[in-house]
Amino acid sequence: MSELGDGEVLPVGGTGPVSTAWWGMICVIATEGVLFVYLIFSYAYLGSQQPGPWPPSGPPSLKLALTNTAILIASSVLLAWGLRKFRRQRDRRQLAFALAGTIVLGAVFVTIQGFEWADKPFVFSTNAYSSAFFLLTGVHMAHVAVGLLMLLALLVWTLLGRFDRGHHEHLSLGALYWHFVDVVWLVVFTTAYLVPQFK
Amino acid sequence: MTVSQADATVSPEGRKLLGIWETAPGIFGWLATVDHKTIGIRYLCTAFFFLIVGGLEALVMRVQLAQPELKLLSPDAYNQLFSMHGTTMMFLYALPMLSGFSNYLWPLMLGSRDMAFPRLNALSYWTFLAAGIFLYVSFPIGQAPNGGWFAYVPNTSLQYDPGINMDVFALGLVFLGISTVVGSANFIVTLLRCRAPGMSVNRLPIIVWGTFTASCANLLAVPAVSLACAMLWLDRRFGTHFFDVAGGGQPLLWQHLFWIFGHPWVYALVLPAMGIVSDALPVFCRRPLVGYTLVAISTVATMILGFGVWVHHMFATGLPVMSLSFFSAASFVIAIPSAVGVFCWIATIWTGKPQFTTPFLFFAGFVMLFVIGGVSGFMTASVALDWQLTDSYFVVAHLHYVLLGINVFPVVGGIHFWFPKMTGRMMDERLGRWTFWTMFIGFNAAFFPMHVTGLMGMPRRVYTYPAEMGVGGLNLLSTIGAFVFALGVLLFLLNIGRSLRSGPPAGDNPWDAPALEWSTSSPPPVYNFATIPQVASRHPLWEERLGETDRRSILGDRASTGMVLDRGKETIGVTPLDAEPNVVLKMPGDSLLPFLLAAGMTVLFFGLLARSGWAIGAGGLAEIVILFLWLTPRQFAESEEVALHE
Repeated sequence: MSELGDGEVLPVGGTGPVSTAWWGMICVIATEGVLFVYLIFSYAYLGSQQPGPWPPSGPPSLKLALTNTAILIASSVLLAWGLRKFRRQRDRRQLAFALAGTIVLGAVFVTIQGFEWADKPFVFSTNAYSSAFFLLTGVHMAHVAVGLLMLLALLVWTLLGRFDRGHHEHLSLGALYWHFVDVVWLVVFTTAYLVPQFK
Repeated sequence: MTVSQADATVSPEGRKLLGIWETAPGIFGWLATVDHKTIGIRYLCTAFFFLIVGGLEALVMRVQLAQPELKLLSPDAYNQLFSMHGTTMMFLYALPMLSGFSNYLWPLMLGSRDMAFPRLNALSYWTFLAAGIFLYVSFPIGQAPNGGWFAYVPNTSLQYDPGINMDVFALGLVFLGISTVVGSANFIVTLLRCRAPGMSVNRLPIIVWGTFTASCANLLAVPAVSLACAMLWLDRRFGTHFFDVAGGGQPLLWQHLFWIFGHPWVYALVLPAMGIVSDALPVFCRRPLVGYTLVAISTVATMILGFGVWVHHMFATGLPVMSLSFFSAASFVIAIPSAVGVFCWIATIWTGKPQFTTPFLFFAGFVMLFVIGGVSGFMTASVALDWQLTDSYFVVAHLHYVLLGINVFPVVGGIHFWFPKMTGRMMDERLGRWTFWTMFIGFNAAFFPMHVTGLMGMPRRVYTYPAEMGVGGLNLLSTIGAFVFALGVLLFLLNIGRSLRSGPPAGDNPWDAPALEWSTSSPPPVYNFATIPQVASRHPLWEERLGETDRRSILGDRASTGMVLDRGKETIGVTPLDAEPNVVLKMPGDSLLPFLLAAGMTVLFFGLLARSGWAIGAGGLAEIVILFLWLTPRQFAESEEVALHE
């Protein structure tokens, strides 16, 4: 242990891995991430035990899902850009623009996903596949919704000038969660949309 | 508590800290407190209450089983009793009890002023309490969960179980899971960041290792059971087909998801309790624990292996031999880290100078019961033997030796050990010994015969048995043993009640123990440490006599040169491994938000149970508003940085 020198200066709260909030968010991401592992395990297990084809109704259409994937990736890029700008220049308007843009892209994702669901020839209670498919994509949608609420709160606080002085850990952690939701989508998309194409 | 804060002599710095840290008086403070010591004691009391409830259920069942073909209980009432007994003990007693110890002890042991997230700490308690009540809500109307604590489908599907029984179970476990995960995340971050300078990972008490390991496991395992329960509820109420064969579902998916959670959970129930023994037993052997590093490593190793043994609960389900062999081998291997612990405890007693106090008796009794439960576990790890023994009373004997032996005995011993710290008063030693021997004899009389009745073919979870089986005598012995054990618990409660009122004052360190929590007054001040201690060894209070190095920890009065951190509610944050201070953490004060969030969640879950859109909407909206308030950024003190030691 190093002796604490007189006059040593420590940050209050801290940023990134120095703050405890960052570790808290990592715990959230770990437990949510593993929830998706179990969801995908369940989907794959039910598929592996199926006598007939999986999905029974043939591989899902990629048209809307691919567009949606691009939209979600774009939203992550936009958010990262806005945060970078804010860290460097402390420009509240650019940050608000990026947050608003991310929210719009996220909302478009939810809307398109809604249409995609409505187009399916089956409903939640049709069979094991439909149950597993809607649960997997539905739980992801719930995460998108939570992410959107977070971004909305961040936008409100940005406009109120809450981040102008002092820390802006909230921004970094909100963005971290949003990126996590996007990465999860890539895995969900691969599982539920891409893999069935190769059967 | 009986020794009030005002009695203690408080230094001027102490008085200032008291002003900053003390909880507000009255009902507001009662609901809003975030003090880890208060929350810890609440956890202990609530979990012990559930232990008594689960114990009473067990006694009723033992009366029913005392003689063959008794008709005291209907089969359905018996189903509900054994299900609620298991659910209560596994979920509402065993882990919350250990969380109580850890909540109370961690900041004191680690040299911090509170947990990393005090409000989350309050939230996890309120959620635990609400989920506990939720799980019991249908008990009075005779519709309690009735599918056993692991609730196998299709027995629990709507077709065979049409009441709300299993909806309460499924939603209740999801509800409780929130409390568990929130608490686990808090423990993880607290260990990594909220310690005294110098409390590096090689100096942590073993209970910290145990709870940390268990918390990491919970973070990764609880989502499995939450998902399974959500699927069960959807299958039952929304016509999905996760477990329904007719729609292409798989009943075995439930078993996989449940035991992927369930087996790590079992270790989460025992590792912190083993930690209690590893920390407290050496105090009564007047020497440090033998093999600290080995015990710490085997704690972690047990949990890692524990994630690879879940199929040993499913040997009889017709899985391929190849997979059975793998999981059987993994289950055998887990005996190795367990045995490392046992030999370390025995070596500690062997090479020490044992003092036969009440806590020592409980800890030594634990070692014996753990060996018996371990051996019967090792037996059932063998596929061939398991096929013979599964679903028989042999398994009931095994799991009670493990769970009572490794959880209840260390817990009761641990309460005897830390009661003086928590209340400032000693427990009665003579009554303590009577408690131990009554519990120990009662326990063995109740559960050892079950090995035999199991081998004779008595199946578990059946409400009665025919006289021709020839197990009536052994069952009567079990019933008598169960009541003797209950008498022991009663003696324990009597001791607590008497000692709270008239126990002799304890002083700071009545057992002459080595760890940091004993350097505070009993009970500790609300801010724990007036100046943050600086830790130089694994046994801060035994440094002089052990003489391992020349370095000395700086504690208590001698820490007058240390960090006071009295410009608001503050504690120190450190680097995860070496515990070098790297941040000053602002801690939240009293807050009603955790209570309100738990209340909103309760509305939400009752809404889901009743499938009332109105209640779901109201609960959900309340949650969003409360979380918004909770997370609203607060400006820190004027400066973003503070200089230490000005």
